[in-house]
Amino acid sequence: MAKELEKRSRSGSLGQLLVPIIALALIAVFNLFRDPSFFSVGMTNDSQGNPVLTGNLISILNGASELAIISMGMTLVTASSKGQDISVGAIAAIAGSVFVKFLSGGDITGLSVTLGIILCCLVAMLCGAFNGALVAYFNIQPMIATLILYTTGRSIAYWINGGATPTVSSPIITAIGGFIPGCPIPTPVFVVIVFGVLFWLIFRFTNLRLYTQAVGINQDAARLNGINPQTVKMLTFIVLGLCSAVAGVIAVSRLSLINHETILLEIEMDAILAVAIGGNSLAGGKFTVVGSVLGAYAIQALTTTLYAMRVPSTAVKAYKAVVIILIVIIGSPVVKDAVNRMMAKRRQKTAAAKGE
Amino acid sequence: MKRFLVLMLAAFMCFALAACSSDSTESSASASEEASAEATEDAAAEATEEASAEATTDDAAAEATEEASAGENADTNAGVNTTGETITVGIINNPPSESGYREANVKDFEEMFSAENGYDAKTFYSLKNDEQLSAAQQFITDGVDYLLISAAETTGWDSVLESAKENGIGVFLFDRMIDTDEDNYEAAVVSDMPAEGDTAVTWLLEQPLDEYNVVHIQGVMGSDAQLGRTAALDNAAAEGKVNIVVQQTASWDEAEAKKIVEAAINSGDSFNVIYAENDGMARGAVAALDEAGITHGTNGDVIIMGFDTNKWALQELLNGNWNYDGQCSPFQAAAIAEMIMDLENGGTIASKKVVSEEKGLDAATITAEDVDTYGIGS
Amino acid sequence: MEHDVVLSARDICMTFPGVRALWNAQFTLREGEIHALMGENGAGKSTLIKVLTGVYHKDSGVIRLSGKEVNIKSPEEAQNLGISTVYQEITLCPNLSVAENMYIGRGDYKFVNWKEIESKADAILKNLHIPARARQQLGKCSLAVQQMVAIARAVDMECKVLILDEPTSSLDDQEVERLFGLMRDLKARGVGIVFVTHFLEQVYEVCDRITVLRNGEFVGEYTVAECPEVELVAKMLGKELDDLSEIKKEEVHITAGETPVYEAEDLSSEAVTHPFDYEIYKGEVNGFVGLLGSGRSEIIRSIFGADRVTGGDVKVDGRKAKITKPLDAMKLGIGYLPEDRKRDGIIGDLSVRDNIILALQVIKGFFKPITRAQAEQFADEYVKQLQIKTASTDTPIKSLSGGNQQKVILGRWLLTHPQYLLLDESTRGIDVGTKVEIQKLILKLAEEGVSVTFISSEIEEMLRTCSRLIVMRDGRIVGELKGNEMTQNNVMRTIAGGDA
Repeated sequence: MAKELEKRSRSGSLGQLLVPIIALALIAVFNLFRDPSFFSVGMTNDSQGNPVLTGNLISILNGASELAIISMGMTLVTASSKGQDISVGAIAAIAGSVFVKFLSGGDITGLSVTLGIILCCLVAMLCGAFNGALVAYFNIQPMIATLILYTTGRSIAYWINGGATPTVSSPIITAIGGFIPGCPIPTPVFVVIVFGVLFWLIFRFTNLRLYTQAVGINQDAARLNGINPQTVKMLTFIVLGLCSAVAGVIAVSRLSLINHETILLEIEMDAILAVAIGGNSLAGGKFTVVGSVLGAYAIQALTTTLYAMRVPSTAVKAYKAVVIILIVIIGSPVVKDAVNRMMAKRRQKTAAAKGE
Repeated sequence: MKRFLVLMLAAFMCFALAACSSDSTESSASASEEASAEATEDAAAEATEEASAEATTDDAAAEATEEASAGENADTNAGVNTTGETITVGIINNPPSESGYREANVKDFEEMFSAENGYDAKTFYSLKNDEQLSAAQQFITDGVDYLLISAAETTGWDSVLESAKENGIGVFLFDRMIDTDEDNYEAAVVSDMPAEGDTAVTWLLEQPLDEYNVVHIQGVMGSDAQLGRTAALDNAAAEGKVNIVVQQTASWDEAEAKKIVEAAINSGDSFNVIYAENDGMARGAVAALDEAGITHGTNGDVIIMGFDTNKWALQELLNGNWNYDGQCSPFQAAAIAEMIMDLENGGTIASKKVVSEEKGLDAATITAEDVDTYGIGS
Repeated sequence: MEHDVVLSARDICMTFPGVRALWNAQFTLREGEIHALMGENGAGKSTLIKVLTGVYHKDSGVIRLSGKEVNIKSPEEAQNLGISTVYQEITLCPNLSVAENMYIGRGDYKFVNWKEIESKADAILKNLHIPARARQQLGKCSLAVQQMVAIARAVDMECKVLILDEPTSSLDDQEVERLFGLMRDLKARGVGIVFVTHFLEQVYEVCDRITVLRNGEFVGEYTVAECPEVELVAKMLGKELDDLSEIKKEEVHITAGETPVYEAEDLSSEAVTHPFDYEIYKGEVNGFVGLLGSGRSEIIRSIFGADRVTGGDVKVDGRKAKITKPLDAMKLGIGYLPEDRKRDGIIGDLSVRDNIILALQVIKGFFKPITRAQAEQFADEYVKQLQIKTASTDTPIKSLSGGNQQKVILGRWLLTHPQYLLLDESTRGIDVGTKVEIQKLILKLAEEGVSVTFISSEIEEMLRTCSRLIVMRDGRIVGELKGNEMTQNNVMRTIAGGDA
């Protein structure tokens, strides 16, 4: 472990993770001084009498699930296309609406829920493919390409709903968005873990990482080495579509309701922020998915902290902005360079001291 | 591959445009305008024509099957004016996709100002003030008899309203006020948000509790609804009648409301009232209580209060899961139609500001009939 | 004592994490001289220049400008002090106009009068015989013209010190001459010029003095007269020159009826509008010669499928083959080192290791990643074999010097064990030592049976390595030279349009 850590720190990937880790640590230390009970985790019974874990840590882990999943996909898109997808919230709204529409037809059974999830994933992947095609084949900048679905997506969701805020109620849905009876850990947390493992497997058994990075860093060179940049970009957008769909399903299941106007509202901005806090360059290239996920948790931890502090409603955004400015500055190239130079000098000094 | 892509693009445009045109049910013309602007490829252009055609038939079918939920209002004012001519009205509103409230509002007006009732209605729906302004100007040029406006923003309407006055067009404001001289419009039919808040707080204080420890979940800061509904509670708190434990904005977002209540529970705050400024946020709050095993509703520890009387929310009331839901009436068409009739028949309008009658529904007294009468949405 | 010294740098030290880039470097520039800064790749030339222009901040040492000590913190400051730089890689904005590029970011134009600026720019361009117009978009000009605009920009800034970092590497002979004329003109006006180049003959053509750096250290300062070419190379390499004449090509005997490794008939692509026929045999080294823009690179690109192929038949090992994209060619054992290393070759932020395994990995396919251990082994093997100077195989390739980057790209293709290698200007912009190594390597590969097609702007290099030269002019193949027809004169004559 220590060896691996040393290896990573030398290769710079730990350095990349430094920013989100510092961000999380900052928030944790702040809370430790403010109110140590912030970290307490307890066990109670929910209204159905099932044991569940409670506490701010659980709230953060649970609440950041959608953001964590979307920021995984956003990391890939950012890396390959040097731009961001701002339509993820809208795609999630579409996927959620499809999911609800499919289920509102008849009895809700395990099978129908599974089919509903598959269907809405397919629809969202199609949306992703649409974005991807505009970016990859028509060379439209990602922000502009995804602006189309960003502006129309929620209207499409409205159209699918055929009304305002349809609801679905079923113990299965509640289990997806809340707790599986008997399991004290919120289900969305497991979904994030499953996605994390899935990404790990994909990176382990395919060349997605290498291809994505190569395309993001130097598309021309990647092409001359036999990689098809268009396909890679398409693929990342489709993956992000899938992530959005799953996030949409979780968000719908939490309250058994789809409100196309507010579901995962502005999550695109939080996801982009998570990618940035994760130490990833928004100009594409090398990336770390772990960083983005940590970034997502940092954002949620910040929000939860502000709620726990009872910051006045009017000031919440200002507080958030201040902290985020701080985090972003810590991760900025200028600060990184300064730290690197300081470290190098120190290393030199110790080396010189040893030499004498 | 290319062909596949073009096909996919075309399919998507159909999809998007169908959704758009169901936004603005009135105009297949505007849909095709958009289509020609957007669709550069022949295939796509062809496809969009189909799409808009499909969309309009869809809408027609949808409307046909929809029940007239504000039917009772419509009946009272059905019938043509005394001269027997059709009255043309220009309706400017926000798009129905904005919210469930807006959907009911749009439907209310479309049903009231229908051909059967002797009206020729032109409609324009947009969230953008400048688009609304130019549409209003167009309606004036077209020579409508009356302009009915729910403005996206409160300012910038002076010149349009003056030009309407010069052309002898009667203007009615509904749902939202405009910052302008009273002479510029006949009357305004609006919801009184502070009154809604007052009704709710009055109801709350009637509940037999030792203390009123309130978790207050606010809407988008600065919105009319938030300001009005917050003011009532803030006043009560200032007078020492209630104790606001947590006051936080969830920006109308259900999921955010859940997180706020979670944080309150995690902090060990004791509270016995949740005052959420809309139904969705109340639902989010209830989800947090359920997960923490805290009881709520008529037989529970925590009183749940919401606003907007969505049908599903009233159902929660009926089931005893919630305690109170404040109405925010989207039904202003009947009042306006009545005033138009008065004007047409040579009468005058008594008051410049007409406040919609809005009530609060109590779980203790609600009936299944009430759910259908006052419930918004399906 | 040295009253005419305009710029002096004493005991400059500069370190990067893990690398000592400069160690007590010295440099002295006098008024009205052209001073060559020489050294192998990684010797510290670029670092020294970046220290002098404020891009990097030195760890220690003293810089004096006209006798006064200065502490240059940024390129802008350097510019204001009268130190202008034209970099090897063009750092202008291709989407702005020529005039905008010449005047952008200069403090003295707070209130812009574009008409005046454009006419001023046009006057300068005309004066320097640069074939560009002020209102033209820079990106639409050729690389060479862009370079000259960059120089024009520097010249107009009334500089005392002009630093030219490899300005000639993308210019043809005529353009080089024009540039030299300009340099002499500036010299006569008292400007001190620092000239960095890999072309030794250019040093002797235009320079007065030479400073040699090696491994970040100062080797010495010489007048051109006291340091002949052979000695200079020896000083740069730190050893007696591994004489170039040692490189000898083997004659390849092609038996009648032998199947070519690669054969094209009437091949054309988007960029190659005149269909061409071409073949290469096992173990043969041949090359395309012609002026810049004669279509040499485009032919190679069409062979590799880099541009969209529009017609023609291709046979590999006698079997009909379809090469429409790079991957097709790669799977048939063809490798390609592109002309523009930075744009088409390296994946800058990726490690040396990832850059080495890239091509092999793509050939293996998306679902068969090379394991980390294997990748490390491959990378170590080629770093060792090609003597790539890098801190580790984890180092991003962009932090390597140009020559070492090129070696990594070469290693990338060698790892795929190609039967046919296409090398486009693979020795451009890299130092003599590496150049010699690469030439030797090409011949060694040929001995082992690999066929190589080679393009170089240096005809001498081509004559040394190739056994057959195909001459191009204006996008067409106009002649073929082999055996003892292959002399510099013959090549020139064919290129110019005489009989082969």
